[in-house]
Amino acid sequence: MKAMIWALLSGLALAPSVASAQEGQSVDEMVNQAFAAATGPFVSLIFAPIPGTSFPWIVMWLVIAASVFTLYFGFIQFRAFKHAIQLVKGDYSDPNDAGEVSHFQALATALSGTVGLGNIAGVAVAVGIGGPGATFWMVFAGLLGMASKFTECTLGVKYRNEYADGTVSGGPMYYMSKGFAERGLPGGKFLAILFSIFCILGALGGGNMFQANQAHQQISSITGAYPGWITGIVFAVVVFAVIVGGIKSIARVTEKVVPFMGILYVLAALVILIVNIEHIGWAFGQIFEGAFTGLGVAGGFVGALIQGFKRAAFSNEAGVGSAAIAHSAVRTKEPITEGFVSLLEPFIDTVVICTMTALVITISGQLIADANTGNYLLNEGGMIQTVGNVSGVSLTSAAFATGFSWFPYVLAIAVVLFAFSTMISWSYYGLKAWTYLVGEGKSKELVFKVIFCVFVVIGAAANLGPVIDFSDAAIFAMAVVNITALYFLMPIVKRELGSYLSRLSTGEIKKFKN
Amino acid sequence: MVGLDGGGSGVRELTHAKKLAKLIGECELVLVYVIEWSPYSFQTAEENDQRHKRREEEIHAAVDRIVNPAVAECEKEGFKVRGIVKHGDVADMLDKTAVAEGADHIIVARSSEGGFVNRLFGTSTATLVMHASVPVTVVG
Repeated sequence: MKAMIWALLSGLALAPSVASAQEGQSVDEMVNQAFAAATGPFVSLIFAPIPGTSFPWIVMWLVIAASVFTLYFGFIQFRAFKHAIQLVKGDYSDPNDAGEVSHFQALATALSGTVGLGNIAGVAVAVGIGGPGATFWMVFAGLLGMASKFTECTLGVKYRNEYADGTVSGGPMYYMSKGFAERGLPGGKFLAILFSIFCILGALGGGNMFQANQAHQQISSITGAYPGWITGIVFAVVVFAVIVGGIKSIARVTEKVVPFMGILYVLAALVILIVNIEHIGWAFGQIFEGAFTGLGVAGGFVGALIQGFKRAAFSNEAGVGSAAIAHSAVRTKEPITEGFVSLLEPFIDTVVICTMTALVITISGQLIADANTGNYLLNEGGMIQTVGNVSGVSLTSAAFATGFSWFPYVLAIAVVLFAFSTMISWSYYGLKAWTYLVGEGKSKELVFKVIFCVFVVIGAAANLGPVIDFSDAAIFAMAVVNITALYFLMPIVKRELGSYLSRLSTGEIKKFKN
Repeated sequence: MVGLDGGGSGVRELTHAKKLAKLIGECELVLVYVIEWSPYSFQTAEENDQRHKRREEEIHAAVDRIVNPAVAECEKEGFKVRGIVKHGDVADMLDKTAVAEGADHIIVARSSEGGFVNRLFGTSTATLVMHASVPVTVVG
């Protein structure tokens, strides 16, 4: 198994050097070609359509899972919403546990890993391909995804490893191996290993390359074009300083600044929406109409739906398993409480922040529509034509610039910080998966951390297309394994839920604050 | 109840508390040290998974370096005394502990905190004086 991982990773890591043999191409082009060639088959497998349709099976997989969890737990995302907020406020936190990781901190840490470029660039990609209608499906997927997150995070806390020195390690690999063993089911260990491999790839893809790529695009849109590998090296050095050099001060500053940038982003979006309040009704009309007709986008309403679901899953990671790693450090006697808290994550990430971005893009008039038919005009690549022919984070930037001309500068800083904090979070998730596979130890950890930094450079140098495909594919591959395990383990969560709710109603679960 | 500062001023509040205890006669001194901590701060995932370990280390350090020496000093002089270490907002936790312990009186030192933020939002001592549930003496 170790040999397989090495072969896979070294194949990807060495791809640029193989390509350098070719002549007459820039470094970025060589990196891009080699990367696309190396990851193509994996991407094709994950995004293969259901036979006879254009619907990728993986998107259906996520939607069905989220729907199953929603029904199985009786619409827990709506029933437990108020209680989740009470838990985050600390109403049920035992004062004797002060100083331990609080529900708020676990949620904030998990959010700093998910709120990021998915909300800014990812949404722009979804709306750019699927039209405003993608927003409807994104919100729909976000609401359903709350149940997936609830399931995986409850299990993450319940089956985490607590070591003698007081540190903890949790995540899908632990509930797969321990949970399956507890239920007397075979294959838990196999799933855990498979998940860990995909988690490492996800960490290198969506958690790293996509971030570096979009950060470079944003910086170069302000400074003027320059080679991506330069941004990559700068980022790689800073990431290296934090994860290898242990320079926690950089990480700490980022962790403090990122939430403020997030709030600033939402406030800016709100101001733009308020200024354009007379167009809000029209924008929602576009979203609802586009959701069911597609308004001329490639693939019609199915195209809008696929884009919406894909971006929601990529942004909030519900069912992917990454949040189960982040949430498992919380100090609680009741694992289900962290499940309740975690269901707020897709709500904040997707239902609130992603919707803001989508509304601003729609309202800004950046998407070009045919004045006669009302349908959007497409370019040769099947994407909606935009003012200035931009996509990804540049589209979001252009949309916000219609409200505040200076906003691209703030967005550039936000993108860099979001990208950085997401990279730090995912380096941790990837590392946990890595140590699960190869064992704990300083030198083993260093190998992963160095590979992680190499991928920062590749990500910044490659084109958006191959990077986004690989990022999505790797993250969705995690969901294939994770959701399989969740189906087998969901009765355990149901038992926990029943027990907790009955003790809550009898007053056995004490409220410490009124 | 005595709120230990942990800095140089720790001696002043304790000296005053012992002086009062001698005058009162039969009473117990409860020495409390609060480690400043907020459940709403932001931490990295790595910090989170080591938090329990760090908390234990912080408590041990506070007990060994601040609370135990003060308790030993009081015991040597014949006072009935107990030491407590808590995490939380200093002013809030001192008040809550005073209520929980049934304290009649809180003695704290004038704050040794400085800086712009404390000038803007007030020091822990100032906050305690404004919100305390039992009488407070601030030793200058």
